Amino acid sequence: MSPGWDELFRDEILDHYKHPRNHGTLEAPDFTYEDANPLCGDRLRMDFHVGDGVIKAARFTGHGCSISQAAASMLCERVEDMTLEDAKRLSREDVLEMLGIELGPVRLKCALLALKTMKAGIYGMRQWPGEEDASHP
Amino acid sequence: MRFHPAGALSAAPATAFDARALRAEFPIFREPRDTPLVYLDSAATSQKPQAVLDAMDRHYRTCNANIHRGIYAIAEQATAAYEDARRRVARFVGAPSPAEIVFTRNSTEAINLVAHSWGRSQLRAGDAILLTVMEHHANLVPWQLLAAERGIELRFTPITAEGDLDLVACAALLADGKVKLLGVTHVSNVLGTVNPVARIAQLAHDAGALVLVDASQSVPHFAVDVAALGADFVVFTGHKMLGPTGIGALWARRELLESMPPFMGGGEMIREVKLTGSQWADVPWKFEAGTMPITEAVGLGAAVDWLERVGMDAIWAHDQELIAYAMSRLSTVPGLRVLGPPAERRGALVAFTLGTIHAHDVATVLDAGGVAVRAGHHCAMPLHEHLAIAASVRASFHCHTTTDEIDTLVLGLERAGQVFA
Repeated sequence: MSPGWDELFRDEILDHYKHPRNHGTLEAPDFTYEDANPLCGDRLRMDFHVGDGVIKAARFTGHGCSISQAAASMLCERVEDMTLEDAKRLSREDVLEMLGIELGPVRLKCALLALKTMKAGIYGMRQWPGEEDASHP
Repeated sequence: MRFHPAGALSAAPATAFDARALRAEFPIFREPRDTPLVYLDSAATSQKPQAVLDAMDRHYRTCNANIHRGIYAIAEQATAAYEDARRRVARFVGAPSPAEIVFTRNSTEAINLVAHSWGRSQLRAGDAILLTVMEHHANLVPWQLLAAERGIELRFTPITAEGDLDLVACAALLADGKVKLLGVTHVSNVLGTVNPVARIAQLAHDAGALVLVDASQSVPHFAVDVAALGADFVVFTGHKMLGPTGIGALWARRELLESMPPFMGGGEMIREVKLTGSQWADVPWKFEAGTMPITEAVGLGAAVDWLERVGMDAIWAHDQELIAYAMSRLSTVPGLRVLGPPAERRGALVAFTLGTIHAHDVATVLDAGGVAVRAGHHCAMPLHEHLAIAASVRASFHCHTTTDEIDTLVLGLERAGQVFA
């Protein structure tokens, strides 16, 4: 059965899309990462401040479809005050649960862009404190 | 009287055309669904009439056998059916001889065939290939591969603000005589522009270049006569012209095909094989290595019969009415911006953006109303970059499309506008 007009985009998704939380950039972020789904044109940049292994602030900017942008907004809200270790454990199921709608394979990539971007940032950051790779930006 | 892409004026009466009656011949529209299917994605792939499905089913049930080799009755029948399909396709596009129709998997494979066979044997470092910014990836990426391998320069004819090819720029890009091949789409799969291919071919020939026309979006919609086009290579694909997937064709003059080396090697394409070397079969078989999609060719032959029965001029007249109606209705949707030229210079498709709403969001809302459209870059990323948009929504039509369906599209677009306001 095809979904009705209103089940497609839950009010919460539209609310996050139209009024994104944590939108913007951070001064001197502890880690930042930018990623895109070139096939859809979705693009995200995510900035994080981290202290004592805890995400103190998360911000995103970008453009794209409602699913990609709402997922970024929801994820930023969710990970603030979360430990890095817990943030690393967030899975696609967690993101889909936040969104609360069924997604086909194409839209799934939109939904998971924020998680992918955040994890790339987190894992990329691990190299910096030990100075193993000083040339890393 | 209405615009005809071949330059002639067609006076096909619109009243004789009954899209609803034709629609009944497509099983997909008879499938029970909660929401009736409004299929506006024929430019991606067309739906198939019962006659095509029946022809393929009958072939499998009655004379399935490999072709060109079996010494038994059904193998001879299968060979006859395959070669008969080639004859019908040749006649359909005005090819002087069936030997000038090479079956391929699709347009993409046909272009790769030309790039590998003609391109690699004829082009040298310093030569140039002239394409256009509105090409589908199929008529772009094979040439990028060849250009990188051989040190060939790629050039691109730009488009005007309205979405037509800039022929003055095209002539200038040909002027130094380095261009050995001009590749151009007959109808843009995004802008809908029907390009003046015969004029472009004249410009290219005057400059000493051969011409390849991607007719994927034209052959399904209006009568294309390869001889009149003035092109050297014409490619098209079966699945966009009511036929099955897996079968397409390359047309080229016989002498040109004969001068070209094989594309893929294997069975079927040889006359004689020794361990250290082989002799090639005659054209077109020289280019058809391995067991071909025989049943798909039979299906394409049936599709051609079906299109001829309905009449290509009648289909084009119907397209023209639909696109004029669609352009007029779409102009009433707040925030909607159509890409490409006015209805008078268009094929049966229209791509657009809706305010700042992402194409995928628009398509998802439309899908809930049963409306199937394409959302994305439609395999034309460079064109979208040129237009400075990430993606667009495209509605495309065929003979079964009705104005009621365009009304449903417009309702869905208005709904999308409200949801994301």
